[in-house]
Amino acid sequence: MSIQTKIELEFDTIQKNLNGKADLKYNQIRTEAFENFIKLGIPTIKNEDWKYSNLKGLEKYDYSFTPEGTLDKSILENLPFASLESTQLVFVNGKFNKDLSSELINEKIKVLSFKEAENTIPEVLNEYYGKSLDIKNEGLSALNVALSNDGVVIFVPDNQTLETPVVIRHVNTLEKYDIKSSVHHLVVAGKNAEMKMAEIFQNTGEKSAFNNVVTEVYVGQDARVEYYKIQDENDESFHVGTTQVTQKDKSYFYAATFTVNGGFVRNNLNLVLDGEYIDNHMYGLYIPNGKQHIDNHTLVDHQKPNCESNELYKGVLDGKSKGVFNGKIFVRQDAQKTNAYQNCKNVILSDSASMNTKPQLEIWADDVKCSHGTTTGRLDNDAIFYMQSRGIPKDEAIKLQLIAFVEDVVSQIKWEALREELDTLILKKLQ
Amino acid sequence: MLKISNLQARVESKEILKGINLEVKPGEVHAIMGPNGSGKSTLASVLAGKDTFEVTAGTVDFNGTDLLELAPEERAAEGIFLAFQYPIEIPGVTTINFLKTALNQIRKYKGQDPLDAAQFLKLMKEKAKSVKMDDQLLRRSLNEGFSGGEKKRNEIFQMAMLEPTLAILDETDSGLDIDALRIVADGVNQLRSPERSFVIVTHYQRLLEYIVPDFVHVLYNGRIVKSGTKDLALELEEKGYDWIKAEADAISA
Repeated sequence: MSIQTKIELEFDTIQKNLNGKADLKYNQIRTEAFENFIKLGIPTIKNEDWKYSNLKGLEKYDYSFTPEGTLDKSILENLPFASLESTQLVFVNGKFNKDLSSELINEKIKVLSFKEAENTIPEVLNEYYGKSLDIKNEGLSALNVALSNDGVVIFVPDNQTLETPVVIRHVNTLEKYDIKSSVHHLVVAGKNAEMKMAEIFQNTGEKSAFNNVVTEVYVGQDARVEYYKIQDENDESFHVGTTQVTQKDKSYFYAATFTVNGGFVRNNLNLVLDGEYIDNHMYGLYIPNGKQHIDNHTLVDHQKPNCESNELYKGVLDGKSKGVFNGKIFVRQDAQKTNAYQNCKNVILSDSASMNTKPQLEIWADDVKCSHGTTTGRLDNDAIFYMQSRGIPKDEAIKLQLIAFVEDVVSQIKWEALREELDTLILKKLQ
Repeated sequence: MLKISNLQARVESKEILKGINLEVKPGEVHAIMGPNGSGKSTLASVLAGKDTFEVTAGTVDFNGTDLLELAPEERAAEGIFLAFQYPIEIPGVTTINFLKTALNQIRKYKGQDPLDAAQFLKLMKEKAKSVKMDDQLLRRSLNEGFSGGEKKRNEIFQMAMLEPTLAILDETDSGLDIDALRIVADGVNQLRSPERSFVIVTHYQRLLEYIVPDFVHVLYNGRIVKSGTKDLALELEEKGYDWIKAEADAISA
């Protein structure tokens, strides 16, 4: 059965199980999303945005859409990031697992599973869920909206601060089946609200996962949101994730996207700056080896004046791996006094690895400061010889250089405990 | 200590060293002079193990070891140190971290326990003081944004830290003003000992006023064409290299 046919069957099942909630606004867009997906399909390399990232490999696997969601607690606790001080919400094979998770929060601030949010704050879902996505043009966002029936909903009302950060752990158990999951999170930070969260993707076993994840983030006026995405998945897995952010006046948003491992990864990070005096920062690191394929697409849409965006992505590519970086910056006609900076730097360690970079700036305003730069090169042999001449073995010299190379993105991680765990993973990978 | 016999080396198809013979005994200071392009820096790089040069003939014996068989880091651990003509900038790696790694790798090679952070810092402070190296500079990325003089002083500082038995200084005097030159020379002189030898590659006699050599050799067209004492350096200063070139060309013609 082709993946397309399976998706159609899955959609029918979900529709039947809506249990009288089909009238809710956010459920109505499912049908629209599904119809769009049928038209758009899974993107192919004929689509300019997917030119370097081919999803044809998906057909090779026999994905189960309704896998069981159990995982031994002791296994979960031994995975990296288990001991991060946080509200941990665990998704096993795309399904929220209450037993493995911290207590949900249902006070002024809400940190709920999608199902609990449906009962508690349907008005928030009605107002925001699925609204920021371009489901008319993005096939996989449409697919996510059509199929997803689980996720986390975080709602931080005006003037509230989420004291303990939220960590969403997506763990796929890939011992027996290839697993397809469509998780959809919604994060709403009200006026002057403050919060910090991380999404972590991990797995056990060697089968393939197809994670099609969407996270919508609304950052209200004067609000501050820190967002981390960490990927450490197996080489068979596919990950297409979209983080769609809408920022209001004077808000601050920070994103760090670190891909340690993953077979095929496509991260879309889209920021719409719908306000003035907005500040945002995007940092990324990818260190593929073997046949790993890591694609980061970022989009910053400056719609109004006096906003600033900063972006730094770095890659270290070994083996036959492929990297893609596409950074779009739009500066609309109204967006005078925009400052937008983008930089992408890569080091290639082998003859067979490759990197495609494409900065794309479209500027309609005339009083702006924009800069972009991409570099892709090899390690400096003179520097390696210099280190060797002081007694440092070649391998060690290369490692020192690589650590130095990644340091200026790693050092941007403000969450210290998370940075320490991540550092360990990065060091292990760079050995 | 060091015995170079008929050493020949090339880069791609260009012969640069055409049969070097040189013996350096413990405690000796040898100066290698010569016009531009004569092969002085190539000799220094080949001894340190730079792989852009291909050794085509000859042997280099270092305290009974065949130096040419060793990787650059093994040569360093055996006691060879090259002070670079153009020290490399390495962003993101502090001098402290770099030297701690280097020193402990060398100790590991010799079967010694690594120095812990406190021991290392104590040693570093002591050596930095001896070569008048600013502590703050050592906390910055290696050579990044250093002035020419600071880079050269950092080379001498590294030499003081690693305590080699044979130090090769490749045009350490180039680009230095007289004060910087004096500090560098003082650093070298402090390290002189009956067990430690120096090969000083230089274009000018100036440095040799401060570091007095036991022997002076003139390298021309890939060969040592004349050897003498420090007086030879003075003679070169006075008369230039042309008479040596003429003499050498006459012999080979």
